[in-house]
Amino acid sequence: MILQDKVWWLTVAGLGGVTAVFLYVISQATRQADATRVQAQSYTIRRWFFLVLVVTGLIVTGATLLPFPISRQHALSRAPQIVKVTGHQWAWEVSPGPIKAGIPVEFDVTSADVNHGFGLYDSSGRMLAQTQAMPGVTNRLAYTFAQPGKYRVLCLEYCGLAHHGMIFEFNVVESTEGRP
Amino acid sequence: MSALYPDTESLTPRERNVLNLYLVSTLALFIVLMVFGLTMRLAQGTWITLSPAVFYQIMTAHGAGMVGTVGLASSAVMWFFLQKYVRLSLPIFVTNYVLFMLGAVLLLGATFIGHYGGAWTFLYPLPVHTLGVWSVGAAAVFMLGYLVIGVGFLLFYLDAMLAIIRVYGNLGRGLGLQWLFGGSIDKSHPKTVVASSMVIIVNSLGILGGAVVLVMSLVNAYASDFVLNALFAKNLIYFFGHVFINTSIYMAVIGVYELLPRYTNRPWGISRPFLWAWAASTVMVLIVYPHHLMMDFVMPRWMVITGQVVSYASGLPVFLVTAYGALTNIYRCSMRWRLPAMLLILSMFGWAAGIVPAIIDATISVNRVMHNTMWVPGHFHFYLMLGVLPMLLAFMYHLIGARGARPEHGGDRLGLAVYIVGGLTFVLMFLAGGRASEPRRYAVHFPQWIPYDRVASVAALLVILAMLLFTTRICRGLLAASPTADSRLK
Repeated sequence: MILQDKVWWLTVAGLGGVTAVFLYVISQATRQADATRVQAQSYTIRRWFFLVLVVTGLIVTGATLLPFPISRQHALSRAPQIVKVTGHQWAWEVSPGPIKAGIPVEFDVTSADVNHGFGLYDSSGRMLAQTQAMPGVTNRLAYTFAQPGKYRVLCLEYCGLAHHGMIFEFNVVESTEGRP
Repeated sequence: MSALYPDTESLTPRERNVLNLYLVSTLALFIVLMVFGLTMRLAQGTWITLSPAVFYQIMTAHGAGMVGTVGLASSAVMWFFLQKYVRLSLPIFVTNYVLFMLGAVLLLGATFIGHYGGAWTFLYPLPVHTLGVWSVGAAAVFMLGYLVIGVGFLLFYLDAMLAIIRVYGNLGRGLGLQWLFGGSIDKSHPKTVVASSMVIIVNSLGILGGAVVLVMSLVNAYASDFVLNALFAKNLIYFFGHVFINTSIYMAVIGVYELLPRYTNRPWGISRPFLWAWAASTVMVLIVYPHHLMMDFVMPRWMVITGQVVSYASGLPVFLVTAYGALTNIYRCSMRWRLPAMLLILSMFGWAAGIVPAIIDATISVNRVMHNTMWVPGHFHFYLMLGVLPMLLAFMYHLIGARGARPEHGGDRLGLAVYIVGGLTFVLMFLAGGRASEPRRYAVHFPQWIPYDRVASVAALLVILAMLLFTTRICRGLLAASPTADSRLK
């Protein structure tokens, strides 16, 4: 399952849970019970709920930050393929040369004018990764294409009149060196 | 019935007129700005044709206008309840309104006469990098409009700050910090004062941050030698934007604290967890904004990690204190099922549910494929449309009930049902678009995204129809109330 689908179903589950709790409480709202007792019971449950949320938060934080999902920006690059990308209103300037599948690529992304967003899409229209293209700054996005084929770059930061038309297509080719 | 409408909330005729001005104006603005939103979805769905230039102008007006209008309406809620406990200045409240309207005229003039389409974010250097689409003057007028609005809010907060200090000694005592680690909590300490103290501290800083970047951008517009650091400017802009919209929610939630216990017939007093939640939120709202800059990889790691961790932690006060506390207050309470109560419960649901996709998106590895997709408007429309707006509507419906108007007709409940169905469908289409990697802020959509746009258009139409009904009913209730209905000698 791709990440977007996991995020979607996790959200659906979360929304469903919140909805179920609200519907249950609403269904009970016309009945009457002693306020002090309700509050005491409810706040006992809340302590456990708090604990569960904190523990879950710590686990998710650790799991999602280790290893850190963004490559080091100031260390010397060891990527075998480096692609220079510059955003312009409203076109991408990308250094020439084939990009090979299965071998890490580093996109060095900047902008010549305003802020742009470098969004990497596959041929089915799913986003694979992104970073910002900002004037005076170079963001280094590391990515390894699993498959050869046609890919696109879409602009993901609003940059003016033709923002939606700022699209660049490129091919990723089969590596002659074989997959690592 | 007297518990629903206490005498301490009656207003002088002058106060009532000013409050009416706020509420009627914000309702009218909401309708117009919703129509802007519908227009964009119709254009994306190819049911109407708009030039990209006009689309982006509408987008700019919709974004800036909605955030500002939510802020203005929420400040009316805060003013109404806070003035029960401290003495607020009516002329300053009026000044805030006048400056807001002046700022709104500047924003709309810059957008629709000057053709400014640089989005509400005025992300440096886009406003002055116009490529002939709009003039630098139009961008400057737009930013000036923000400054004027910011001055109004700052005056309002300064007045409220002085008023709280006069009664409680300082803002820390208003927040209830003296009871965080022990001591007997004064149960009569108003939640409204706690929330207002937090909002004053946080949004004064937010607005000042915004003013700094606005002034720097204005200087740059006319002195191009004065160059800004784009990353620093972006930090300031998102600090300001995040703080402003969040404190707008916190101002509106005052209405929930004040009104919900009246419809449940149950007290909902302050407690130590409540005070901890607001103290923690005061800090967290100020430091969480780097979650907007996770895809700026050159940002220091500690800042983006803070953005993720504090985003998670920010959910705790919402879930465990406000939403959970509200549910506890509702559970088996023999509820007075009136429209304000229904809207209050909806608002708690919208806020709690809306932060689920927001928190998930604040995870760096998720943000990598969700940032600046439709997922983002999906989550903020969720808690604004189904959270904050129902808070505001609940306050307004309650108010017309207090003024002797019949609080609701059968049609209102139907309107609420239509609003919920339309609102949920509308936000789910954004989230579904985000799942499909649909970028936000695109005037033209790829064919595979158009079905989401079309369903969202129909849903938006339902929301607008319901809002028209609510607006008509509330305005009639506000304006038709007898002049003596809630007046008192002060």
